[in-house]
Amino acid sequence: MPLFLFCLFAILSVGAAFFILLTKNLMYMALGLFVSLLGVAGLYVLAGADFLAVTQIMVYVGGVLVLIIFGVMLTNKGQTTDNQLKNYILTSNLNQFWGVVVSLSIFGILFAAMLTANFVVFNKATNLENPTNVSTLQPIGMSLLTTHLLPFEIAGILLMVALMGATFIATSKPHTKP
Amino acid sequence: MTDITPIPSFYFLMVAAALFSIGLGIIVTKRNAVAVLIGIELILNAVNLNLVTFARHDPSLRGQLFALFVIVVAAAEAAIALAIILKTYQYFQTADLDQISDLKN
Repeated sequence: MPLFLFCLFAILSVGAAFFILLTKNLMYMALGLFVSLLGVAGLYVLAGADFLAVTQIMVYVGGVLVLIIFGVMLTNKGQTTDNQLKNYILTSNLNQFWGVVVSLSIFGILFAAMLTANFVVFNKATNLENPTNVSTLQPIGMSLLTTHLLPFEIAGILLMVALMGATFIATSKPHTKP
Repeated sequence: MTDITPIPSFYFLMVAAALFSIGLGIIVTKRNAVAVLIGIELILNAVNLNLVTFARHDPSLRGQLFALFVIVVAAAEAAIALAIILKTYQYFQTADLDQISDLKN
């Protein structure tokens, strides 16, 4: 049963990623990213990272995807102003040959490396087989506030600085091309 | 808890490698700046999946903590990148990366 669910989520995420690669419509790309992120969240659950799966859904699907859809809608005029026609937001591809070559060769290198590599850590038992905690929420919360407190605070400051900077960049005085 | 036969970690690594390659292909082939950003998000997800996979065998869960910080940085990066894309769109009136070529020639 877990293997069936794994195959389902893997096909969902990789298939949606292929859909992003093949489609030309930017809104369909955002839809494909949504499905792909949901599939990856399911894979997180199967890998025993329940808190990270919920964070993935809340931050990526709830935040980053909405930002990307805003970006698509604010940076395109659309093809037509006629209400009767479909108003697709299209983009075109270039470098298709080199894109296929580069991604296939990277995938081949990674596949060969993982086939030949003998990861010592994989010989240990997984956390699912001898669970110390049923959920990962308690150990993650404990380490965020004890051993990893400094990175946690730095991440908070980074997020605040980045969002304030983004607001400043996006709303400052508009320059147009002379 | 019934019978849980763990999925081999190799399968997770394969899915992450496929997502990484497809994200790289999207970055190379697409002409729109937002599409390139979508490819970057896919690559970050692949990296997170690798971190979570290796954290399966580590009871201290440091890999999952690192993945959490990667998600935070990815959110900040998406906000900044979209602000920059918005400004370039106001200046050049296009989000097509091939037409933003003022420094050429």
